[in-house]
Amino acid sequence: MTAPLIEVRNVSRLFVKPIDLAQQIANAFGAHQRPEIVHAVDDVSFAIAEGEVVGLVGESGCGKSTVGRVVAGVLDPSAGQVRFRGRDVAELGSEERRQVKLKTQMIFQDPFASLNPRMRIGMTIGEAPRHHGLVAAEELDAYVDDVMARCGLEPGFKRRYPHQFSGGQRQRISIARALAVKPEFLICDEAVAALDVSIQAQILNLFMKLRAELRLTYLFISHDLGVVEHLSDRVIVMYLGRIVEMAPTEELFRRPVHPYAQALLAEVPRISKRRSRFAPVKGEIPSPLNPPPGCHFHPRCPHALPRCRVEAPALREIAPGRWAACHLNDTP
Amino acid sequence: MAETLRVENLRTSFLTKWGEVTAVDDVSFSVDAGEILGIVGESGSGKTVTGFSILGLIDPPGRIKGGRILFQDEDLVGLPENRMREYRGKRIAMVFQDPMMTLNPVLRIDTQLIESVLAHDKVDRVTARQRARDALGQVGIPSPDERLASYPHQFSGGMRQRVAIAMALLHRPALIVADEPTTALDVTIQGQILFEVQKLCKESRTALIWISHDLSVVAGLADRVAVMYAGKLVEQGSVDDVLDRPMHPYTSGLIGSLPSNNIRGQPLRQIPGMTPSLLNLSAGCAFRTRCPRADAACLESPPVSVPASGREVRCAHPLVGGGS
Repeated sequence: MTAPLIEVRNVSRLFVKPIDLAQQIANAFGAHQRPEIVHAVDDVSFAIAEGEVVGLVGESGCGKSTVGRVVAGVLDPSAGQVRFRGRDVAELGSEERRQVKLKTQMIFQDPFASLNPRMRIGMTIGEAPRHHGLVAAEELDAYVDDVMARCGLEPGFKRRYPHQFSGGQRQRISIARALAVKPEFLICDEAVAALDVSIQAQILNLFMKLRAELRLTYLFISHDLGVVEHLSDRVIVMYLGRIVEMAPTEELFRRPVHPYAQALLAEVPRISKRRSRFAPVKGEIPSPLNPPPGCHFHPRCPHALPRCRVEAPALREIAPGRWAACHLNDTP
Repeated sequence: MAETLRVENLRTSFLTKWGEVTAVDDVSFSVDAGEILGIVGESGSGKTVTGFSILGLIDPPGRIKGGRILFQDEDLVGLPENRMREYRGKRIAMVFQDPMMTLNPVLRIDTQLIESVLAHDKVDRVTARQRARDALGQVGIPSPDERLASYPHQFSGGMRQRVAIAMALLHRPALIVADEPTTALDVTIQGQILFEVQKLCKESRTALIWISHDLSVVAGLADRVAVMYAGKLVEQGSVDDVLDRPMHPYTSGLIGSLPSNNIRGQPLRQIPGMTPSLLNLSAGCAFRTRCPRADAACLESPPVSVPASGREVRCAHPLVGGGS
């Protein structure tokens, strides 16, 4: 296998809410208020090969968006490294780092919030390539037309404003904006979640077309397992900040190993499942402020052992290309 | 089977500054006791307005312009507000997408539940509290006695939605209208709520209208499905009929575009174009600009055909025998 395009090594990201004035005063009188710390991402490692589509799934609060933002360079990791083409991004000089950031683009969930409402869409798409000197000023117009056409937008619409477009078309504008800087790696954070079903298929087809035409690499973050199954080569499943399973898509969907992945796949509503007797997994997703000790999933796990309550299982390769973090894999 | 609700030719419109928008246009369906009807449609298809119309929650500039809503043989359209109040919450209840729309953030759960009991029944507070407790237990909230004293913000999203459902159940209504109640929830939590809802409906013989954009959820939950597009009900029938043998090209296209119905990695079958604006709907079939089967006949209002009892399709060229 060639060197991965992106490698994430032992990345953690904490968010700290410092104690406020009232709590400081309370502490002066002997209270024990501590800053609140959320381990949004806790020691996560994975690699993405060039041209690969990796799906990242999990429920709310599992840290999947934070992983996306750390990989994109929007957030710095609290610990660990993000490596782009084998080089630690944090150690690059500012010019090189800017280049890496340009090669990595992000597409967000809400195309109503991610576009500047006061900017004509031709400007929105053309601004970044012009600013970074990717395209000569006299060619910019033709270049924007070209990018818009590639994303299924009528180039004649480029003097319009975002509010004149529907949700699906706005998402095409966001994609065109991301593509305009000639990225190699796209991070899509719930990029089709806000779209209607009939529009969702159009956008997914666009992602697949662009992948084939431009040899793009994707990190596709979604809570929708049907979408991820369709698009991804490999899938990473996260639960409360940690990776619980990582496997090629077909194998994961055929035979998930981790009890959480099993539960998650069993709950996915499918059109072929009729009047099913839902047999839901028990319990709630715990608060990431105060996750359970040991394996985070043990309070809900039907197979939990005493060991699961004290010791967090490491993510291990249990078969070629298949990784899982579960103590059950140690017991034959 | 006893029919709980029959909607006939319902037409609800909103007067906007750009003209009158008919959000629900000539919609007819019925729900029996103990039955779950799924209403499926995309944003702007009129599914929520249909639900609101049943509960008499259409406020100006909107109004019900025509049709009848027969609830246990009494027409709810045009019922005076004080009479409607006797129904709402008592015999017809609603569950909304966002439970914070139902719950008051500054009151404890017990206050709110007891208030709902007393609004319709003359019982003492002890009995009311008991009923509130039982309702929480019914929807699977652990240790309901302690949880009664909590505020809404102390519950997670899934638990809040359970409280909202418990509130809907307090008076054992004959009909519950649920508008996207699990859309904001995580998959495993959604699974738990669908499980409880299905059990409750069958046990208490409550009729349930489940409004959703998600065909897959409806497939697993409902007995019958009605599909809406641009304010019109384009197809209805049993879940198996509609989802396995869709007759309307829109339903068929929608089912065909689901990733799980496509070969992995291959382009998805897609419906071209976009959902039309209700403001400038041209005459004839609203789907015709996106439809592969459209021809000159679709410029006329499409006819409704009833191929079998309980099965209905509004199309000039229905797919015969289904298939997509």
